[in-house]
Amino acid sequence: MLYREAGQFKTNYIADSAIFPLRQDRIGLGLIIVAAYALAFIGNSFLLQAVMIPFLVFSLASIGLNILTGYTGLLSLGTGAFMGVGAYACYKLMTAFPEVNVIVWILLSGFFSAAIGALFGLPSLRIKGFYLAVATLAAQFFLQWCFIRIPWLVNYNVSGALDAPLRTLFGTPIMGPNATPQTRYLVVLTIVILLTWLASNLVHGRIGRMWIAIRDMDLAAELMGIRPLQTKLLAFAVSSYYCGVAGALLVFLWYGGAEYDVFNINQSFFILFMVIIGGLGSLIGSFFGAALIFILPIVLGIVLPAMLSPFGLSVGADVIEHLRFMIVGALIIFFLIVEPHGLARLWQIGKQKLLVWPFPY
Amino acid sequence: MRAPDNPVFAKGDVLLAVDNVSLGFGGVKALTDVSFDIRKSEIRAIIGPNGAGKTSMLNCINGFYYPTEGRITFKGVKRPKMRPHEAARGGIARTFQNVALFKSMSTLDNIMAGRSIKMRSNFFWQLFRHGPAMKEEVAHRRFVEEIIDFLEIQHIRKTPVGKLPYGLQKRVELGRALAMEPELLLLDEPMAGMNLEEKEDMSRFILEVNQQYGTTIALIEHDMGVVMDLSDRVVVLEYGRKIADGTPQVVKSDQRVIDAYLGVAH
Amino acid sequence: MDILYKVFIEPFVFMGEAPDLLIQTLWEGLVSGVLYALIALGFVLIFKASGVFNFAQGIMVVFAALTLVGLYEKGVPAFLALILAALTMLVLAVVVERVVLRPLVNQPDIILFMATFGLTYFLIGFGELIFGGNPKEMITEALFLPQGTTELDMLGGMVRFQHLDIAAAVIASIMIGLLAVFFSKTRIGRALRAVADSHKAALSVGISLNQIWVIVWFAAGLVALVAGIMWGARSGVSFSLQIIALKALPVLILGGFTSIPGAIIGGLIIGVGEKIGEFYWGPLVGGGVETWLAYVIALLFLLYRPQGLFGEKIIERI
Repeated sequence: MLYREAGQFKTNYIADSAIFPLRQDRIGLGLIIVAAYALAFIGNSFLLQAVMIPFLVFSLASIGLNILTGYTGLLSLGTGAFMGVGAYACYKLMTAFPEVNVIVWILLSGFFSAAIGALFGLPSLRIKGFYLAVATLAAQFFLQWCFIRIPWLVNYNVSGALDAPLRTLFGTPIMGPNATPQTRYLVVLTIVILLTWLASNLVHGRIGRMWIAIRDMDLAAELMGIRPLQTKLLAFAVSSYYCGVAGALLVFLWYGGAEYDVFNINQSFFILFMVIIGGLGSLIGSFFGAALIFILPIVLGIVLPAMLSPFGLSVGADVIEHLRFMIVGALIIFFLIVEPHGLARLWQIGKQKLLVWPFPY
Repeated sequence: MRAPDNPVFAKGDVLLAVDNVSLGFGGVKALTDVSFDIRKSEIRAIIGPNGAGKTSMLNCINGFYYPTEGRITFKGVKRPKMRPHEAARGGIARTFQNVALFKSMSTLDNIMAGRSIKMRSNFFWQLFRHGPAMKEEVAHRRFVEEIIDFLEIQHIRKTPVGKLPYGLQKRVELGRALAMEPELLLLDEPMAGMNLEEKEDMSRFILEVNQQYGTTIALIEHDMGVVMDLSDRVVVLEYGRKIADGTPQVVKSDQRVIDAYLGVAH
Repeated sequence: MDILYKVFIEPFVFMGEAPDLLIQTLWEGLVSGVLYALIALGFVLIFKASGVFNFAQGIMVVFAALTLVGLYEKGVPAFLALILAALTMLVLAVVVERVVLRPLVNQPDIILFMATFGLTYFLIGFGELIFGGNPKEMITEALFLPQGTTELDMLGGMVRFQHLDIAAAVIASIMIGLLAVFFSKTRIGRALRAVADSHKAALSVGISLNQIWVIVWFAAGLVALVAGIMWGARSGVSFSLQIIALKALPVLILGGFTSIPGAIIGGLIIGVGEKIGEFYWGPLVGGGVETWLAYVIALLFLLYRPQGLFGEKIIERI
């Protein structure tokens, strides 16, 4: 009853092309954002540290991959490596210019990923489909090798690992050992909201149309005057920007440090799974996918022991991990069979039904 | 003396000239030594039995294939190796036999996609959506809505085109081509698979586009009635060669054309 | 100047100075190459018959090897374990056909490709759950695979040929030969080729697609088992084998996805190229080049010939 289109007339083109045409949707979005900020003050540290911050980070990476694979149709298996480029770039910038506010460096490090992404995207003019996927594997393995073999990237430190130095914003520590989950969460939340807004603007405008045109039928798109190489490179660049920032956030505002192995091929696949399950070509799907794939093992880790303990059985953390792989793998197959457009489509269908509820149509 | 960059072509001047064009794929010759021209603001039909090379000819004109011999001159400029997006920017638009729409997009978005070459707003403003980007979007939206009104497809504006019946899809595709404001419009069997009513509508649109905007049209068509009614001049191809060229009346009574269609042994 | 010398001259000088090392490297590259080709053949089998690019081929190699070793560790005699492992791959083929292929039969290829990602991760988790994640040793003695090394004095030095490597090369070659004969001479092989050409046409002459797919995935499973035994014997059986199996992808790019000779030649090029690259140029950049060199070779190849050495030229029709 509450959710209705009735009475909401659009009187100009600007209103007609709004991203959230229904007032109820806009109110809903506002409430979610308010609730997200409120969570910083009422949520407990475990929730923020182990669930919310990584959920946001992976959502951002998924948005990045979605732009490339979902909107533009270029399958990429190099996401992990592009995230890594952002993280290492951020590290070098932060340590070289410690006076500059670290948030600036986080946001700028994405540009390094963007450049590398565009470079590895050059072959996409000639190479398509799964051949391109294999080409992105070259990026993944080569960049991963660079992370290990170029000690300059970690400022020649002995451990070979990245670590988060102490950094502050307006006097409060936001990075490093003294930063609380609450402050880190607020920083990550704000960055993710900002970047999601920018991504949404892009995909709903002329550039999003170009990307989708290339995905749907690149020959026809070329006929419209859309230049395929520029459009694909832009997709690689923007996508890698998002992945790079996500990588920097992952290392410095979540883990607090990382070894090169964090950005391995499993990472690439898991982000891809988030995009597939969440919905290819849907920004909100990126959030759904990240939620499902990331939160799943946490839920498993709580629910499973709870179910088994009455029987005196227990499960180790490694078993949970194995089950996670199995469930994710099975979910991918399930979604591809049942709803290839992922959770986002299910969400859309749900909203359509809600629009006319309690009537069937 | 160099020709001016954008010369003005008067009705009747040659807009596109095809000179001794041959096209081969491996051992197969799709076109052999074909020559004809298309004059500004005319409706030129390209007809012929199946496999005559008509679609290949259009593909050469708009840059998908490069002729193996001969050359194509558009607006007075020779175009040896023109890529499709250059053809588009030069003023050539095209529809396809098997509708080449962006299936996941709505009618409106498909036609807006046709405005791509006219859109200038850069990446920076696109990031913010409201502002110069939105102004441009609205301006183009106005133009696209005129096309939608013209083609009488208001009711399917927001429908994803994959869900539309074939006849409507072809109309949307025409709309997308018109959005490019082309000088030369290539239509590949625009009436295929349509019933009588739909054909009449489509013929009306084609005529109006030609008469109202002066758009030059080259069309491939099988329906002889349509060809006779619509076109100013006709080119007939058979097995990749030109066998007739002239007004519909002349071509209709050409013995070689009759033989080709009736399949008389050579 | 110095760099140019280091990159373009020195490695070749080194090659000439110690020809025995060169032969050694070439030999090792050849052996890896033949094994890559074997894994790639599993891909080719499935792709030819069902149009599916089976990303899970690599994990099938690991899974088959793990099943074999796992059964043996439980006390099953070696050759019985071998048969049971083969049967397991048959069961896997049936399940995959039923659960993954049939429901997705009309979907675009890229969807099926992504489904094989899901299959891969499922098998990784499943395998680790059942067999544990610890590396195991392949049961080479029990399978009567030769041990030991032959050392030949040649070219001023010494070249070592591991008997296992020789056996691996021979077995792999035999397997490849058998597959080639199977495809071209037998009735089922012909049916597979028909299906590869056109599903609809094959159906209309009464070939059962479902049966064909089971047969093909089973055959790929057997290939995976043999590959798993050979690779496992050389490098131990663990999940890192799956990463090695991924290298079959560059092999396929070079050789084309549908060509058996292409897979062989592609495998040899990648195998030898990798080893030579690592040994002679690796030290310049700190080693570890093997992790990515295969992919970069494939990438450079794709830029020059997007359809691979033997694949069919992709003509896009409007």
